Amino acid sequence: MKLNDAAFGLLLVILGAAVLIGVQGYPKIPGQPVGPALFPGLIAVGLCIAGVLLMARGWRHRAEQHWLRWDDWVRSPRHVLALLVVLGSVMFYIVAADVLGFLPTATIILAVLFLVLRVRPAMALPLALVSALLVHFGFYKLLKVPLPWGLLKGIAW
Amino acid sequence: VTGGAVLQAFAMVSEPATLIAMVLAGLFGLFVGAVPGLTATMATALLVPVTFFMPPIPAIAVMVTATAMAIFSGDVPGCLLRIPGTPASAAYTDEAFAMTRKGQAETALGAGLVFSAVGGLFGTLVLILAAPALAEVALNFSSFEYFWLVLLGLTCAIFITTDRPLKGLVTLLLGLLVACVGLGNPAGHPRFTFGSAELTGGIGMIPMMIGMFAISEVIRFVVDTRPPAELVVEKVGNVMKGQWELARKYPVQILRGSTLGTAVGALPGAGADIAAWMSYAISKKFSREPQKFGTGHVEGIVESGAANNSALAGAWIPALVFGIPGDSITAIVIGVLYMKNMNPGPTLFTTDPQNIYAVFLLFIAANLIMIPLGLLCIKVAKRILHVPRNVLMPLILLFCIVGTFAINNSVFDVGVMLLAGVIAYLLEANRFPIAPAILGVVLGGMLEENFITSMIKSDGNLAAFFSRPIAAGLAVVTLLVWFLPPLLRMLRARRAVVPA
Repeated sequence: MKLNDAAFGLLLVILGAAVLIGVQGYPKIPGQPVGPALFPGLIAVGLCIAGVLLMARGWRHRAEQHWLRWDDWVRSPRHVLALLVVLGSVMFYIVAADVLGFLPTATIILAVLFLVLRVRPAMALPLALVSALLVHFGFYKLLKVPLPWGLLKGIAW
Repeated sequence: VTGGAVLQAFAMVSEPATLIAMVLAGLFGLFVGAVPGLTATMATALLVPVTFFMPPIPAIAVMVTATAMAIFSGDVPGCLLRIPGTPASAAYTDEAFAMTRKGQAETALGAGLVFSAVGGLFGTLVLILAAPALAEVALNFSSFEYFWLVLLGLTCAIFITTDRPLKGLVTLLLGLLVACVGLGNPAGHPRFTFGSAELTGGIGMIPMMIGMFAISEVIRFVVDTRPPAELVVEKVGNVMKGQWELARKYPVQILRGSTLGTAVGALPGAGADIAAWMSYAISKKFSREPQKFGTGHVEGIVESGAANNSALAGAWIPALVFGIPGDSITAIVIGVLYMKNMNPGPTLFTTDPQNIYAVFLLFIAANLIMIPLGLLCIKVAKRILHVPRNVLMPLILLFCIVGTFAINNSVFDVGVMLLAGVIAYLLEANRFPIAPAILGVVLGGMLEENFITSMIKSDGNLAAFFSRPIAAGLAVVTLLVWFLPPLLRMLRARRAVVPA
């Protein structure tokens, strides 16, 4: 996804302005020339200046630069699906890991990703299960990371 | 140099656990470097969760070895598939592939291997000589010098690493802004926390880097619509043949590449990839046979192959002495050093010199075992290049999730990782460079702390920033980098106008 520089510039100016407004409420430190608002304030001013320069550049090049240009993959449903599954699987892990437990969550994520990326269906599930077990062994047993058991709490090993 | 500390360092490095860790890390690095789409920086990011559970010296050993190997093995797919395995090999991928087409794949791969090791050892030598001397000077630095030094580093990251300084400035500012989040500022005031308990501690550096360097690559892989490349070579013969002759034929090139590589590596933000591009260009410019470049001529590969590996060691100089990373890899390493309570800085050289000597020894060892492990890698290259990436990438994704979770046992960090990965992907797709952002995140706290301390010491008087000789010198250099190019451009424009 390619956005025109001017659009980025506008976003940066908005961000910079928001930061500037946000730091207004920060406390002053008695007897000191500087407080916690100064540094982010300077960054925000910088963002606004850079944003304006980018907007100017985008405007100058408006003839040859599209406002928004999609890459090739956007027209390929398979690639769009793969991207959505990648992003979705991390979010799925965040919400589901504690409830379902690490092993079921990881197996589901891997199996779905394998299928979307065209690993042979007969291979996908066994491969996902074995990989999840290996990662679990490495992190839970060897490195002692408290991965959640979730549904499998009763048979935890 | 005290003999006791050196002996202690030897003992630490030669412990079996460290040596085994190095060999395993070497194999891992060779694999990651040789698979297109997996970079040396990504190897480091993926190793963080594992090194998190190791003592400091084996942890550093793992990262040094893996990155050195990955930068070499990035040459392998460049040579055989015309796809650089890591960005550091991109500069001479076409050249290496042209040699393969001419039936000289052995020479190209061998030159990559041998002169990678030579460059790496050269960079290590400079690291050994320069770092302690610089640390001695840095012991006298006050907040004024540190402020300018960090600012100079960030300035280099913008101007040297990108051909679009404005976009580099934007990502740097975004990185600095991210570093502001949380309580970790001189006043201890919660900034941009939006009432979230997780954000009061700041945004985790490691989850962010795993996102920016690993998740973004996974995203890039799944939206890649290009057809897979074909392997043109069926069998690779003896790659060591003729390398000695090359070394005798191109001594100046090897020295020049290694020197430039070390220097570029030491500059904050610019790493092995920039070193290779610059070296390849210089090699062509000063070559007696520039017309042969691009047609399968080994000279540029010798020079830039040495440059990208020497850059790795060079990047450790500012990282160890000042805590200013020389490239994205050392940015991650600094994060790990802080977790291990081995905070970088000049005092590291005086209080625990054995740790520093151990790092030096690790660098030497890593570049020496590169030759046998590299030969092994070339032998099995065909297998590595046939590894199904549609199986590999989901596994990397899972590893990133678990690894990020492992640092603080928090799924909040997993969210940070995902967001950082998406943002890094979008920024790079729009040709915003990522390296300045990472430097901003890593150095933001240090920049602010030294700025505020200096302001308080001088009671808000900006002239004090120029009152100490070294500080003034650093200030002048920093300001020149900012203002000299536009000034020259203005003068040139005026001169162009006057005669007309």
